[in-house]
Amino acid sequence: MPSFVINEKCDGCKGQDKTACMYICPNDLMILDKERMKAYNQEPSYCWECYCCVKICPQQAMDVRGYADFMPLGAASTPLRGTEDIMWTITFRDGRIKRFKYATRTTPEGSIKALEGFPEAKAADLANQLLLGEPDIMGVKELPTKKK
Amino acid sequence: MREIATEVVETDILILGGGMSGCGAAVEATYWAKPLGLKVTLVDKAAIDRSGPVAMGLSAINTYMGMDGKVTQNPRAPERFVEYVTNDQMGLMRQDMVYDVARHVDSTVRHFEKWGLPIWKDEAGNLVKSGEWQLMICGESYKILVAEAAKNAIGTLGDKGQIIERVMITHLLKDEKEPNRVCGAVGFSVREDKFYVFKAKVVYCALGGAVHVFRPRSQGEAFGRSWMPPFVNGTTYALILQAGGELTQMDNTFVPPRFKDSYGPVGTFFLLFKTPATNAYDGPYVGAYPTELEKWAPYSNAKPCPTPMRNYEMILCAKEGKTPYWMHTNRVVERFQKEITDPKELKKKIKEYESEAWEDFLDMTIAGATNWAAHNIDPMEKPMELQMSDSVFIGSHACSCGAWACGPEDLMPKEYADSFPAQYNCMTTVMGLFTAGCGVGACAHKFSSGSHVQGRIAGKAAVKFANDNKDYTPTVSDDTINKLKEIVYRPFALYEEKSTYTAMPDVNPYYISPHNFLFRLQKIMGEYCGGWETLYGTSDKLLEVGLWKLAFCGEDIEKIAAKDLHELLRAWESIHRYWVGEACARTRLARKESRWPGYYYKYDYLKLDETQKHFINVKYDVDKKEWTILTRPMIPII
Repeated sequence: MPSFVINEKCDGCKGQDKTACMYICPNDLMILDKERMKAYNQEPSYCWECYCCVKICPQQAMDVRGYADFMPLGAASTPLRGTEDIMWTITFRDGRIKRFKYATRTTPEGSIKALEGFPEAKAADLANQLLLGEPDIMGVKELPTKKK
Repeated sequence: MREIATEVVETDILILGGGMSGCGAAVEATYWAKPLGLKVTLVDKAAIDRSGPVAMGLSAINTYMGMDGKVTQNPRAPERFVEYVTNDQMGLMRQDMVYDVARHVDSTVRHFEKWGLPIWKDEAGNLVKSGEWQLMICGESYKILVAEAAKNAIGTLGDKGQIIERVMITHLLKDEKEPNRVCGAVGFSVREDKFYVFKAKVVYCALGGAVHVFRPRSQGEAFGRSWMPPFVNGTTYALILQAGGELTQMDNTFVPPRFKDSYGPVGTFFLLFKTPATNAYDGPYVGAYPTELEKWAPYSNAKPCPTPMRNYEMILCAKEGKTPYWMHTNRVVERFQKEITDPKELKKKIKEYESEAWEDFLDMTIAGATNWAAHNIDPMEKPMELQMSDSVFIGSHACSCGAWACGPEDLMPKEYADSFPAQYNCMTTVMGLFTAGCGVGACAHKFSSGSHVQGRIAGKAAVKFANDNKDYTPTVSDDTINKLKEIVYRPFALYEEKSTYTAMPDVNPYYISPHNFLFRLQKIMGEYCGGWETLYGTSDKLLEVGLWKLAFCGEDIEKIAAKDLHELLRAWESIHRYWVGEACARTRLARKESRWPGYYYKYDYLKLDETQKHFINVKYDVDKKEWTILTRPMIPII
């Protein structure tokens, strides 16, 4: 199910050093044709159809067409990803449409402070088995062990 | 020849790979490194927001104990988990490492929740378990959250923390004064002409499992639609092997039974929705072959039935000509119609099921949703086909391949201690080389949460190692670096030198493309070494010929050409896959039984043989070009 770029909508992310789709693709598939200012999938047969490019594109210029190997034409799964949920529109080959909405996160984007609220690590504790926040964070008094 | 710059990065703790376990390692290593003033550097070949197998998202967390008792199902202590995992993998397991993951995993899940991952809860506010160990999540942004935490943690180190993206690691660096010690890595930027040299006190290598070593079922446009993402290419295993490290159970590949072609997940359908699956004649394939399964007792008699045995039932069904298999998603609706009499309640229940069923696919395998729609199948009304996928190396799943690694001090049987040059949790048999996630072998059922927590375990141990070796400085000569640089960019040099010989550069007698090299590897693995092409069967005779042909692949590594940086990335991915394939074939040849018959079986040893209940390990000597097979005993701690 390779991703593709809609000519009319893609603006090449206005000539920045890389486009959003190039930034995000986990498989290095997206590339910018600087003359035309259009991004494209340079190797469709290596596409995992993860939709990372579709979800991130600021122009909604990307979509996916079902792999020719096994998918009849005409269907689509179209995401609209917000800051706390994602909306999906599913279009069947026969024209039926279904819509779903799912949560994606419960905190504001960029708000994670991974180490905050925990005491500073002590070198002496490197020798024990406890990891960041343990055992309190698990709601148990001590970490289980086995007598050898 | 094009000009390639060299950048040397000196650090203390080098984290290779920013997937689930790498991000776990980053948070934990940072926490411990900070007061010690140690430097942490993380390298990924993609952008960590969406790198690794969780890039698309996940709809469940498959490893959670619930030790605080606040779950919908009874919490089960680590012991029961260890028993379950051991039996699932037919009696062979590093129980010390599984126990270690199990006792820590709840803490990682609690961090996820704090970071903002939506986990399903019941009306009392308890976490909803869909199975004995599984939690349901709204996981579209799972990896983004985990990456954000890793970035935030490393960011707190200021100029002592660094994340470098879009760098493909090709080799580990060995210390020239200490032959069994790693001290860094080299690789190349896939975006600019820059060669990277990383020097470090300790190296954490978790660059994923491997898919596409065996041939995927779709080979046209859908070549990339493997169950496991096509960008996991076995670099972890290849690098550890070439550094002289020991790998274990490399014959144990996982074969995921999934929705056909799209590989939509089945776990939630089986566990949460209790969806029936049948053969083509509406008869059961599960439990249909008791006499056959009895031959794999006692493991096959346990509940739940081990994954490789459930797979074997599918193979037996296929051999009888009773495929396709069907997953009757519609019968869940029919069950509700029988069970629920109140029409309002029924409507609500069906609506919930529909939303959850689609979410299961949309959160992690979007192709599965589109495939329903493309075939005009509404899962509420019609069933969908199942199929067994291609074989994958995924040491974090229901799969046991990976490095032979050191367990925790309080759990590891003393008999294993001699395998390691020093005792550090998650260290391989090479000094200073750590791994986790898909990298640690004989430690199955970690999945996403277990991988993250094992990354944390390894991250802490790596800081301890760096701190214990404060005065250590890597010794690597310029000569070594220059030679490696030449090897890394050899595909460019070959292309530049020879490509104009033919009118069309694609076909040339002096080289092959990375893609064609990969095709050859996949054909050998699939046809000789137990791929889906032979319904996962192989034999010593087939493996011997397979290995003979693989040796030519090994030689032809030097004949791979690349026209640009993207192709150079594919070249090195293919080369690493070759090493994984060779390690797998050699281990399969060494194992004279069929311990996991639904993963692969041997026609010449189609039985379980308890005299072979030991780990089969493999290692490679780069200087002598020699492979060694060795065995390690199975020592239970439960």
